[in-house]
Amino acid sequence: MSANELRDPLKAARGLGSAQSGVAHWWTQRVTAAALVALGIWFVGLVLGLLHADYATAHYTIGRPWNAALLIAFAITAFWHAALGLQVVIEDYVHTRWKEISLLVLVKFLAVLGALVSVLAVLRIALGV
Amino acid sequence: MAEFSLPKNSKVQQGKHYPARDAKKPRTFRIYRWSPDDGKNPRIDTYEVDLAACGPMVLDALLKIKNEIDPTLSLRRSCREGICGSCAMNIDGTNTLACTCAIDDCGSGDVKIYPLPHMPVVKDLVPDLTHFYAQFASIRPWLRTQSPAPARERLQSVEERRKLDGLYECILCACCSTSCPSYWWNGDKYLGPAILLQAYRWIVDSRDEDTGARLDDLEDPFKLYRCHTIMNCARTCPKGLNPAKAIAEIKKLMLERRGA
Repeated sequence: MSANELRDPLKAARGLGSAQSGVAHWWTQRVTAAALVALGIWFVGLVLGLLHADYATAHYTIGRPWNAALLIAFAITAFWHAALGLQVVIEDYVHTRWKEISLLVLVKFLAVLGALVSVLAVLRIALGV
Repeated sequence: MAEFSLPKNSKVQQGKHYPARDAKKPRTFRIYRWSPDDGKNPRIDTYEVDLAACGPMVLDALLKIKNEIDPTLSLRRSCREGICGSCAMNIDGTNTLACTCAIDDCGSGDVKIYPLPHMPVVKDLVPDLTHFYAQFASIRPWLRTQSPAPARERLQSVEERRKLDGLYECILCACCSTSCPSYWWNGDKYLGPAILLQAYRWIVDSRDEDTGARLDDLEDPFKLYRCHTIMNCARTCPKGLNPAKAIAEIKKLMLERRGA
């Protein structure tokens, strides 16, 4: 008789109970998605505008206050949204526990690092340091 | 990782062929067979049934096969009119009830019949729904009240009762849950569309006084939020219900009580 046969199936169904979270993740994913629609359209417009520009023009355009602010907003939102989305994909498909945890942590590290590098790059141009 | 190829002992093989003799209107049924007792791989048996001497529904054909051609075929059935949910299976590529699925409505060619997808198989077309039923029990699907029991029944207005339409009709046949990829990959923890529709049926019931606790129990990345609005549930439901909408309503209530 296996251990499972000694337990009522309700034990497995109830599991570890509710994590009492999930709504924040779900809502943030949708809010960042909505923000990315607007920021994404603006970003594509900016990049198209710089298509044949020389270095100095590109440098000046990115450094303008509103452009720099929106670029930073775009970078943070994009990495935030990507981290939330990848977390769901990993939880869905990776079922080896150590791989799952490692990937979840790695995604968070890479997202924070990516966002920091992007922000720093824009700030250096905007502040001229 | 999710596995996309079947293990060796699960590879489905070609099985026996039972030709029809002197059939006026023959139709071929290809049916999944597996027995826990013989140690063999699952196989697809082919049965030719004379529709001129058979009822119109897929269940009629299955019972004709069991009664007249091959008594070893196992399946669940009871009411034969779409209210008990016993004969849920995958017919012609879609989860549905064999009793309400007309043979003529199946696509041209052979009628392929499999058990509900991604559930342990007990035998042939009989899936093991133990965990599914335990998940249903886990939401404690009955009227939960705090106020003292009244001398008579707890009343409900016509408008309040109307909110249960599209929910109370669910017969727990498991067609929706077993059509849901999220339930396939994470069915151990994800409650699945059927159970979440049932949970919402009690959340939205005007007489129930445990709404907060019900939402508490569901607020979990796996129990509720594995729903990615794939919509297979609404597409496959043999009763025409929309579990995805019920899940969306639960998510809206979760947001409503915390604020955006």
